Amino acid sequence: MQEKAKIRVLIAKPGLDSHDRGAKVVARALRDAGMEVIYTGLRQTPEQIAETALQEDVDVLGLSILSGAHKTLFPRIMNLLRKKGLTDIMVFAGGIIPEEDVAEMKKLGIEQIFGPGTTTDAIIKYVFDNVRKRD
Amino acid sequence: MKTEEIIKGILNGDHRSIARAITIVENEPTEGQKIITSIFPRTGRAHIIGLTGSGGAGKSTLIEKIVREYRQQNRTVGVIAVDPTSPFTGGAFLGDRIRMQELSTDESVFIRSMASRNYPGGLARATKDAVKVLDAAGKDVILVETVGAGQSEIDVMRVAQTIVVVHAPGLGDEIQAIKAGLMEIADIFVVNKADRENANKTVMDIQAILQLSNVENPWKPSVLKTVALTGEGVPELVDKLKEHRNYLEQNPGTKRALLKSIAEEELIESIKEKTAVLIIEDLRNEGKLDDLLKRILKKEIDPASAAEELLKEKLRKN
Repeated sequence: MQEKAKIRVLIAKPGLDSHDRGAKVVARALRDAGMEVIYTGLRQTPEQIAETALQEDVDVLGLSILSGAHKTLFPRIMNLLRKKGLTDIMVFAGGIIPEEDVAEMKKLGIEQIFGPGTTTDAIIKYVFDNVRKRD
Repeated sequence: MKTEEIIKGILNGDHRSIARAITIVENEPTEGQKIITSIFPRTGRAHIIGLTGSGGAGKSTLIEKIVREYRQQNRTVGVIAVDPTSPFTGGAFLGDRIRMQELSTDESVFIRSMASRNYPGGLARATKDAVKVLDAAGKDVILVETVGAGQSEIDVMRVAQTIVVVHAPGLGDEIQAIKAGLMEIADIFVVNKADRENANKTVMDIQAILQLSNVENPWKPSVLKTVALTGEGVPELVDKLKEHRNYLEQNPGTKRALLKSIAEEELIESIKEKTAVLIIEDLRNEGKLDDLLKRILKKEIDPASAAEELLKEKLRKN
């Protein structure tokens, strides 16, 4: 019998900060909304994140970063995703990303920045409304 | 990616093709079957190892060390880690990969997390097909980690040639170990977290139960100790895994019987699945299911008899 396709999400923590409570809260919320969520754990390199996204064939990638290194790491991650042909993945980010950096991050291809105070409902709704099924 | 591209990619060992193929066999029966039909003749080379055992025993951490050991020996490896789907929300938190993340950038290793999607027995319905994809892609060793409820992971038998049951001391009464199935299916027992002080007792308890077993088996399951966090005991475990593989190779009768029973399980399951789809679709469309449901609710007929009635009529027409 045909399974309705589940949304597969990768929640990743690039860089060196060890604050993952937010990432885990988002991961749990997405799971409770019926999605299959893979969490990378802490201290991931862009290479690890991109290859994991490829192997797990995810529809969505959520990047959680609180170290301020987003301007260095996000371009590398987006580049690697492109190089691996993973251009259909919805990428969003959260954590501590200053308002003045948001436009630059969006230009890289990160669709939404969910800053502190975002409700998990808002994230869930965004994913359901905007996810594209892999081709 | 088109299906033909994916098939070619799998046979070339391309990771992206493997990943797409596994998604397709999980979600799209028709396209999935096309892929499996094409790659099936190229399967049968890999050593497929199933690992099961209670949650918290350290399976994922152990697998990471096992993969490293195989990589030291220049073998390529695939890992499929299955975690449970919530029966209430349909979602899943696939957390086994966390323990294996350093392997992500090793090009000879492919790791995939699968949700059980409420399929019974410890595996996901598509796990067998995912294993075939990794096999056809040329992985020498494929490790399948099952949902860690520890008591009924018999499904791992239907996909693996070598079955490892992982225990840890202090996970509860050793009587746990005797529960149906787990003692009988293991080719190798591992007591992980062997640095804990009651580890030796756990080893002895398992050995004692094995000695009581009436089953005649030329392969005597051994009980090994490991400390997955440090890797202690892992080279010996991998040696034992290879020993079991050799045992199967040198006993073609045993190997053939094993492969035959695996194939038979899969064939029967496919027949059941396809039959159910065909018949239930028809019955639903003809409104027959609803009629019988009304009678069941009125207590005029019980579900089993209702099913018989439906089937007799259906099969008579055909």
